[in-house]
Amino acid sequence: MQKLFYGFLAGGLFGAGLLLSGMTDTTKVQGWLDVFGDWDPTLALVMGGAILPMAVAWRIAARRKTSYLGLPLPEAPKREVGPNLVIGSVLFGMGWALAGLCPGPSLASISFGGWGGVIFLIAMSAGMLAAPAIRARIDAGTAVKD
Amino acid sequence: MPWDWVWGFAGGLMIGLAASIYLLMNGRVMGISGIFGGLLDGTGWSTWAERLIFVSGLIAIPAALAYLFPPATTHITTNWLVIIAGGLLVGVGTRLANGCTSGHGVCGISRLSLRGIVATVFYILAGGITMALLRHVLGVI
Repeated sequence: MQKLFYGFLAGGLFGAGLLLSGMTDTTKVQGWLDVFGDWDPTLALVMGGAILPMAVAWRIAARRKTSYLGLPLPEAPKREVGPNLVIGSVLFGMGWALAGLCPGPSLASISFGGWGGVIFLIAMSAGMLAAPAIRARIDAGTAVKD
Repeated sequence: MPWDWVWGFAGGLMIGLAASIYLLMNGRVMGISGIFGGLLDGTGWSTWAERLIFVSGLIAIPAALAYLFPPATTHITTNWLVIIAGGLLVGVGTRLANGCTSGHGVCGISRLSLRGIVATVFYILAGGITMALLRHVLGVI
């Protein structure tokens, strides 16, 4: 039960942070990417603000065997940088620029984002469901043939 | 210093605190594309309750705040074709890359994960180039 409480707390605090920081406003995200226009550096401050406490949290986690609730901690990060990571990130960046939303803010803003927000969430969900088939194509196309 | 930057940094600290709670209490990486995507495609159904409650908080708290302190708006474009294309690309891309701005960006960079850093460099570069082409060359967005 405790992990459900902390799950709700983390989700809620994340959503509140996104709203306060302006990251649910698509014009601020697009402003960050618009280097040749009216560039808005806010997103870098948001990222920096988020990375600071999280860097401390990772150091605490590294010294522990389990979480404070006694649950297993994440494994060490994978290191391989493959085509799926690069192609996926490029496609994500293109969509991010087009709509000015990424998965967190799209959910956080669904209550006040109007039909545009709903359409985005449906399209994003469809894309997520299509990803395994596309991954299979990429894996087949980039596999080393002997 | 513009107030937007102050709010941005303060909101960022809250996002980092949220990710810290999720890691140190629940033992999980706070990556939204993974939490939400796993609920959608069934790969995360064995842990559906903690995923669903996280998403509930992520939706409910901003909804309450937007209601208490209006107006909240996303200023999203009214061009549905652009919205649909953007949504499809974000959905496919984040699942192929196994992460988005929260998982690779916030949680990955803060632990100096190579994959997180590479992903963040590529999605920001691709986003910047897309913005330059579509806004300043083609004038579409």
